[in-house]
Amino acid sequence: MKIVVCVKQVAVLGDEVEFTADARDVDPDFLDFALNEWDSYATEEALHIREDLGAEGDEVVVVSVGGAHVEDAMRRCLAMGADRAIRVDHSRPADPITVARLVAPVVQRESPDLVFCGVQSSDGVQAATGTALAELLDLPRVAVVTRIEWDPSAGRATVRRELEGGLLDVTEVDTPALLTIQTGINQPRYANLRAIKQAEQKQIAVVSPAEQGEPAYRVRRMFAPPKGEGAQILAGGPADIARRIREIVEERLK
Amino acid sequence: MIVAEHLRGELRELTRELVTAAQQLSGPVTVAVIARDPTVFDVSFQGVDEIVNVPLGQEEFENDVYQTALEALIADRQPHAVLLGFTVNSMGYGPAVAAKLALGFASDVHGLALEGETVVATRSFYGGKVDAELEFPAERPVLLLVRPTAFAPAADGGNAPATEFAVELPPARARHLEFEEAAMGDVDITTADFLLSVGRGIGDKEAIPRFEQLADKLGAVLSVSRPLVDAGWMPNARQVGQSGKTVKPKVYLALGISGAVQHLAGMKTSDTIIAVNTDPEAAIFNVAHFGAVADLFDVAAELEKLS
Ligand SMILES: Cc1cc2nc3c(=O)[nH]c(=O)nc-3n(C[C@H](O)[C@H](O)[C@H](O)COP(=O)(O)OP(=O)(O)OC[C@H]3O[C@@H](n4cnc5c(N)ncnc54)[C@H](O)[C@@H]3O)c2cc1C
Repeated sequence: MKIVVCVKQVAVLGDEVEFTADARDVDPDFLDFALNEWDSYATEEALHIREDLGAEGDEVVVVSVGGAHVEDAMRRCLAMGADRAIRVDHSRPADPITVARLVAPVVQRESPDLVFCGVQSSDGVQAATGTALAELLDLPRVAVVTRIEWDPSAGRATVRRELEGGLLDVTEVDTPALLTIQTGINQPRYANLRAIKQAEQKQIAVVSPAEQGEPAYRVRRMFAPPKGEGAQILAGGPADIARRIREIVEERLK
Repeated sequence: MIVAEHLRGELRELTRELVTAAQQLSGPVTVAVIARDPTVFDVSFQGVDEIVNVPLGQEEFENDVYQTALEALIADRQPHAVLLGFTVNSMGYGPAVAAKLALGFASDVHGLALEGETVVATRSFYGGKVDAELEFPAERPVLLLVRPTAFAPAADGGNAPATEFAVELPPARARHLEFEEAAMGDVDITTADFLLSVGRGIGDKEAIPRFEQLADKLGAVLSVSRPLVDAGWMPNARQVGQSGKTVKPKVYLALGISGAVQHLAGMKTSDTIIAVNTDPEAAIFNVAHFGAVADLFDVAAELEKLS
C-alpha cells in the first residue's frame, strides 16, 4: 500500500509588504515560510492509514514542487513519519494547474493507492491543484474531505465531503483515488526532536521538471488591496481601546 | 457561460452574482442548469441571454457528472469565459475541466474586467494581504471560480429563452450516498445581537474560559474561527464562516482573527465589525468598521476591568 501526499511550503507575509521591481510579486525578503496547514493534516491522515491498515513495506511518500528551500517543509513531513520525499525542482512561482502538471509524472511513476493533497494552500487559496492533478492522473476524486473509511480490498472508500454550512455529503469513491484533505480531519502529530534530527539526515530525491505547457495565468501586477473606507483605527493604549470598544458596543446595541 | 449553483433543490444566491460577474465581460450570458429537472430552477434574471437546461438522472452533485456536462457545453457553445462559484462543488470539478482543456484558470476571483479582448481577473494572494491582476493565455477560453458576495446579485425579470441540451453521462466514480447535517449546538450564534469572536490568536485551549467569561460580562455570545473547532476547543455550532454559520449581528468583535476569505464569508455583512489584531496588515481590517492594532490579551484585560 502506498499513499502519496502532495505538500507545499507556503509563504507567510509579515506586517510589512514590499513588491519586486517589476511589481509582479512580493519581495521574498518580506516572506517567511512554513508547511501548509492543510498539508500537515493530509500527511497525518496518510500516516494514520498506514498505521491502521498497513503492513511491512507500506509507504507514505511526500512530493513537492519548488526550489531547494522547500525541503524544510518536506522534512517536517519526514519528521512526522513519512518514508520518502521527492522534490520537483522548479523555483518560479506557478499557478495550480502548472503545479499539477509538474507533479503528475512523479505521482504516476509511484502508482499509489491513494493520493492526498491539502484542500488549498494558505498563501494561494486556489483550492485547485488536487482536482487538476486527479484529472491529469485520470483518478476518481473527492474535494474537501473530513473523514475517510477505506476498504482497500473492495477498491472503495466512503468519505465525508464538507459543504457550505458544515453539511456533509457522504460519498462513495472508487480507489485508487485522489482526495483533498480538509483541516480538522485529525489532529496532526508533533514530531519530536529526535525525529526532526533524523529527518535532517534523510535524502530527498530531486527530479527535473517535465514539460508544463502554457501557464493558466500570468500575474500582471501585484498591489496592496484598496482599503475601501477602511477601518477607523482606535488609537491609544489598551485601556483607551477597551473604553472605545465599550462605547461603540453600547451605542450600536441601543 | 455560467453554471447555476444549487443544493438540495434550492438555487443559491451566488447564481445571480455570477450573472453580474459575467456581464463584466463581453458577449451573451448563458446560464447552464445541470439538475434532474432543471426547469424547477428559475434563473431568468435580468442580464441573462440564454438558459441551457441539462437534465440528469439524478438530483445531487457528483463531480464526474458535472465535469462531463460542462465539457460538452464548452465544446458546443465555445464560450470565451466560464464562470463557476468558488464553492466546494466547483472545487471538485472546475480545476479538472481547466486542466483537461488547458484553459486559462484562477479561483477566488473577486474582480473582473475586459480590456479590449483580454479578460483581466483580480484575486488575492498571501492570505488576502495583497491583490493581483491576472491575465490569461491568448486565444483560449478562461474558467474562473468567482468569490461569493463579490458581485451584486442580478435582479428578477429577465426573459431569456431556454433550450434543452442532452449529454451522455459516464458512470460516476465518486457517488453521492446521503447528506449528514452539521451537529446542532447548545447556542444559536446566528440570533445573537453581539458576538465576541475569537481566533487562533488566543493561542491555546486554556484561554477559552477567560473569553467565555468576558463574553458573559459584555452581554455577548462567544463564537470562534475554524481552527479552534478543528483543534477540538469549541463545538462547531460556534464556528463562523463558510463551513460554519453565517452571522449578521449588530456588533461583531473579532479578537485574533486574520480575516481569511472563508471566515469573512460568514460575517462580513455584520452591522458593525470591530477587530483587534497585532498585525496591521491583517485582512480583517479591510472589512472592519473599527480596528485596533493591539494585543488582544491586553485589550481583554482592560475590558474585564470595565463594567
Ligand atoms: C473549504 C474551507 C472552508 C473553511 N471554512 C471556514 C469557516 O467556516 N470559518 C473559518 O473561520 N475558517 C474557515 N476556513 C479556514 C480559513 O481558511 C482560515 O484558515 C481560518 O479562518 C483562520 O482562522 P484564524 O483567523 O483564527 O487564524 P489565523 O489565520 O492563524 O489568524 C490568527 C490571527 O491572530 C493574530 N494574533 C495572534 N496573536 C495575537 C494577539 N496576541 N493579539 C492580537 N492578535 C493576535 C494574528 O496576527 C493573526 O492575524 C475554511 C477553509 C476552507 C478551505
